[in-house]
Amino acid sequence: MQQMIKIKSLCKSFGSFSAVNNITFDLNKGDILGFLGPNGAGKTTTMRMLTGFLKPSSGDVIINNRNMKDNPEICKSFIGYVPEGAPLYEEMTAIDFLKFTAKIRKIRKENLEKTLENVINLLNLKKILFKKIDTLSKGFKRRVGLAQAIIHNPEILILDEPTDGLDPNQKNEVRSLIRKLGKEKAIIISTHILEEVNAICNRAMIISDGRLLLDDKPNEILKKSTSYKSIYIAIEEKNSFDLKNEILNKKISKDVSVRNNQCVIKTNNSKSVKSNLDEFIKKNKFTLKHYSIGKGSLEEVFRRLTSDE
Amino acid sequence: MSNFFYSSYLIFQREILSYFSTPIAYVFIAIFLLLSSLFTFYLGNFFELGQANLSSFFEWHPWLYLFLIPSVTMRLWAEEKKTGTIELITTLPISSSSIVIGKFFASWVFSSIALLLSFPLWITVNYLGEPDNGVILASYIGSILMAGAYLSIGSCISALTNNQVIAFVVAATISFLFTVSGLPIVLDFFSTWSGQILTDTIASFSFLTNYSDITRGLIDLRSLIYFITLICLFLYTNILIITNVRD
Ligand SMILES: Nc1ncnc2c1ncn2[C@@H]1O[C@H](COP(=O)(O)OP(=O)(O)O)[C@@H](O)[C@H]1O
Ligand SMILES: [Mg+2]
Repeated sequence: MQQMIKIKSLCKSFGSFSAVNNITFDLNKGDILGFLGPNGAGKTTTMRMLTGFLKPSSGDVIINNRNMKDNPEICKSFIGYVPEGAPLYEEMTAIDFLKFTAKIRKIRKENLEKTLENVINLLNLKKILFKKIDTLSKGFKRRVGLAQAIIHNPEILILDEPTDGLDPNQKNEVRSLIRKLGKEKAIIISTHILEEVNAICNRAMIISDGRLLLDDKPNEILKKSTSYKSIYIAIEEKNSFDLKNEILNKKISKDVSVRNNQCVIKTNNSKSVKSNLDEFIKKNKFTLKHYSIGKGSLEEVFRRLTSDE
Repeated sequence: MSNFFYSSYLIFQREILSYFSTPIAYVFIAIFLLLSSLFTFYLGNFFELGQANLSSFFEWHPWLYLFLIPSVTMRLWAEEKKTGTIELITTLPISSSSIVIGKFFASWVFSSIALLLSFPLWITVNYLGEPDNGVILASYIGSILMAGAYLSIGSCISALTNNQVIAFVVAATISFLFTVSGLPIVLDFFSTWSGQILTDTIASFSFLTNYSDITRGLIDLRSLIYFITLICLFLYTNILIITNVRD
């Protein structure tokens, strides 16, 4: 696996305020990393150091085996970046702006036409090419922002809240594009929308107050959720409160609650709880009104880790 | 090195394009031409002097540039900081210096275009009499150089803020100080309590002093070096600011 990004003990302070505190991680080709955290967690600041916009207070950013500190221009050439809010030169037309980016990205004259055609098709920009960017809709602006980031087919793509402010359809378009690009790149996308991580990422990080709290595959993080493999059950014969009491009495599980007229039984991922419960149901010949097993909730883990207490 | 020039050129090209894709450029050129002719004909006694030359045109340039140039440069960096495009441009694989240089030359070429559009005046004096065209050429060169100096001050100040109004006011103030340091009032003030050497030094740092030498047709190497050094100094500071102050 090819290592694209290596971050070592990255810190950034603004005055006495520490916005990013000792973050370390690697990113390989094929990784689509969801960078999660509440507002003010330090996501943007971290990405700004990764792209060479901000200088770290301490620590190193290594891009493709080169240190950003020593070789900023080479490092930057491997990266495509959509900054927070996807800023653009609004007085330019979309095509002029893309040509400008392509030339600065050192795309050769003989390849220019083809390169432009590729991103224009990929992002469906044909209709708006000759319009000034400030007259475009938010969705098209974002697509132009993405187009400038991928025009040089970078190995690393860094997207700061790429779907922020878009409507649900536009969000889906951006997500499917990222999924399409993901296979041969290393991608970091920051977001505070948790469904986004499930939809596109194969790795997720949770940061809060500038610290890295968790770094794992999304389905591994789900296992940390208290509702992971919880059993949701309701039966015809008893109301859920009586059922709850009986389950507690029979010592099937110590942690049972009632929500939406269903008993929620925490299993802590142990198989015996489920088999004991199944046996209990069978023996009493209860008719099941509802029976499901919890998939876990990223949101719950996120809230548990990032809430203040 | 060729990389540096190529990126500077691309930045330059983008900037020039953006000047002319907004009304700012046309408004600026119109106001410059309007005011400079107004000053020339009403305040400069162009007709009464009865001489076929453009000195009454050129003599007002420091005062025009004083507020017109900061209005060109105020957006140069402050706007990029405000809209966030500075994050785009500085994460491209080019050096900060090529961006600074590209932007500066775009603003310089733009201002020079405004200045050179005053050519009908030059045609007029040649029609009316026999002016010393060497002096006029020198004056154009001096005016362009001085504009460059004002532009470099404005660009550097604009890099320090994301507020265009602040950029304008501070740049105009600093430009004012560089301009008036050659006026008799200022020099008298200094000579009352300091020695002749300091007074002369202050005078030699004045735009007025250096510029008026050139417009009299006296292209003094010292004046050329003065303006060019000043431009380099401010652009160098500008590069340092853009490279280091992003927070
Ligand atoms: N230039 C700056 N000066 C001072 N504080 C800053 C600056 N940039 C960011 N911060 C602070 O650093 C913290 C992290 O910000 P940011 O990285 O933008 O968070 P996120 O992107 O996760 O919402 C915030 O508290 C923010 O106020
Ligand atoms: Mg952010």
